[in-house]
Amino acid sequence: MKIPSPGWCLALLLTLCFTLATLLVPRAGWWNDVPRAADWNASRSQSENVFKLLFGEGRRLFANEFFIMADSYFHSGYYPSIFDKQETEKDVATPAHGQAEDSDSTSDDFLGPPPDWIAALERRFVPNQHTHLNSGGASGHVKKDEVQEILPWLKLASDMNPQMIDTYTVGSYWLRRLKMPDEARNFLFEGLRNNPGNCELLFDLGSLYLEDLHDARRARNVWLAGLRCWNALPPAAQADPPVHQAFENTSMNLATLEEDQGNWQEAIRYLEMVKQISPNPDAIQKQIDEARQKMAAQPGTTHP
Amino acid sequence: MNTIGALAGVVIKELYRRKDFYVLFVLTAVITIAAGSVRFFQDPNIVRYVKDLCLLLIWVSALLITIATAARQIPAERENRTIFPLLAKPVARGQVILGKFLGCWLASGAALAVFYLFFAVITGSREHDWPVLDYLQAFLLQWAMLGIVTAMTLLGSIVFAAPSSTVTILFVVVAGILFLGRHLNTVALHNAEPMRSIIYAIYFIIPHLELFDVRERVVNDWGLVNWLDCGLAALYAVAYTGLFLVLTWLAFRRKSLN
Repeated sequence: MKIPSPGWCLALLLTLCFTLATLLVPRAGWWNDVPRAADWNASRSQSENVFKLLFGEGRRLFANEFFIMADSYFHSGYYPSIFDKQETEKDVATPAHGQAEDSDSTSDDFLGPPPDWIAALERRFVPNQHTHLNSGGASGHVKKDEVQEILPWLKLASDMNPQMIDTYTVGSYWLRRLKMPDEARNFLFEGLRNNPGNCELLFDLGSLYLEDLHDARRARNVWLAGLRCWNALPPAAQADPPVHQAFENTSMNLATLEEDQGNWQEAIRYLEMVKQISPNPDAIQKQIDEARQKMAAQPGTTHP
Repeated sequence: MNTIGALAGVVIKELYRRKDFYVLFVLTAVITIAAGSVRFFQDPNIVRYVKDLCLLLIWVSALLITIATAARQIPAERENRTIFPLLAKPVARGQVILGKFLGCWLASGAALAVFYLFFAVITGSREHDWPVLDYLQAFLLQWAMLGIVTAMTLLGSIVFAAPSSTVTILFVVVAGILFLGRHLNTVALHNAEPMRSIIYAIYFIIPHLELFDVRERVVNDWGLVNWLDCGLAALYAVAYTGLFLVLTWLAFRRKSLN
C-alpha cells in the first residue's frame, strides 16, 4: 500500500482537528458553564436560530408580518392592505383561541363597492371573495391538506420572535386539526423551551395529551404544572387576559378530567378555583352543586 | 416592417449574448429550489410559499431584464455612433423606436417564458397538478405589462441623461405604481382639496401596472380570470404602450444626436 506524502497526512490531520473542534467547542462551553439540560436546550435553540444571527433583535419586527401572512394565506390572499379597514383579530387565530370562526371578522366587506372603473376592473384580477382555507379556500373544494399552507409562516414567525406565544398556540391548533399531534407537540415543546412555564402553552400541551394522544395522566401533570406556573406569576402578569383565560381553562379542564375519573373532591376543588375568577360564578356554582350531588349518589365517597 | 424586424432581431441577439438573463435565472432557480427543499413540520405537501416566492422572483427578474435592456438601447447606439449609419440606411426615427421596442418586448417575453416554464415544472413536481391555462394567462398578462414598462423605459432613455439614471428612476416609478397605484384613490379620499384632486388625477393618469399582477390568484388557486377582462386589460396595455411610444418618438424626433 502506498503511503500518502507527509503534506497530505498533515492536511488530513488538520481537517480532522478542525472538524473535531467544531463539534467539541460548543459542548466544552456548556461543560464549563452551567451543566443543566434547560440551559443546554436554550443555548442550542439560540445558536440554531439563523435569523437571530442575521437580523439580531430586529427580527421581531418581521414576526408580526409573518403572522399576518399566515392569516392572508388562510383567506387565500383576500386580505386588507394597510390602506383598508383592518381585522380586529386574525381569523386564523380565532378558533385556536376558543372562539367561533368569523365571530369578529371584518374581512367580509373591507373593500366596499368599487369607487371607480379602474378599481372595478382591478378586483377581477385579485382574490375578491372572503373564504377560509379550512372551508375549501378559493376553489371551494374542501381539501384536508390546504390549511397546512399557513404553517410555514407560523414557523417563520416563531423563529423570528420566539416569545410570540400566539404562533405556537395557533400553529399547534391547526397541526392538531390536520391530525399531526406529534408535530403539534414538538412545536409546543419548542415554545416551552423558548418560554419556560408559559401557562397558555402548558394548557394547549395538556389538551393535546388528553384529546389527541389520549394520555390523561400526562395531561393532568402538564395542567398541574400550568397551575403552579400561574401561581408563581406576579399579580399583574396573572391579570393578563390570555394568561387569565389559560388559568381558567386549565382549572376547568382539570375539573372535567377529575370528574371523568370519578375524583369528585378534586373536581370540586378545581371548580371552586374557577368560580373565584370566572365572570359567571353562578353557572360554576351550579356545576359544583351537580358534582356534589353525583358524589353523594356514589357509594363509598365522603363529602368534602 | 422588415426594417423593424431586423432592428428587433439585433436586440434579441443582444439579450442572449449578455449575462443578465442567465444570472437572474440561476439566482431565481437556486433560491426557489433552496426554499422548496425546506420541509416544514415534515409535510411534503406545503407548496404555496414556494409558488409565492418563485413568482415574486420572476416579477423582479423580468422587470430588471426589461428595464436594463430597454434603457441602454438608444444611448448605446448614440455612444457607439452606430445611430448615424443606421439612420442613413435610410431608417426613420419612428422605425428605430418601433424596432427597439419590439426587440426589447420580444426578448423580455422570451426570458419570461423560460421563467414560467421553470415555475410550472417546480410547482408541478410539488403539487402534481398542472394548471397550464392559469400559468399561460399569468404569463400573457405580465408580458402585456412589460410592454408598457418597455415603452416607458424607452421614453426615459430619451429624456434622461444616462442609462443608469433611467434604470434607477424607472425602477422607483414602477415599484411605486405596483405598491401604491391601486391605493391612490383611497389616499385621495383622506386628503383635503386641492391635494385630493391632485392625487386623484395622478391615479387616473398613471398606467396601473398592478392590474396585470395575478400572482395572488395563481398562488391561492383562484382559477382563471375571465378572458374578456383579460382582453380589456390587454387593450389598456396597448393604449398606454402606444401613448408612451408616441411620446418617445416625439422626444426622439427633436433630439440632437451629437
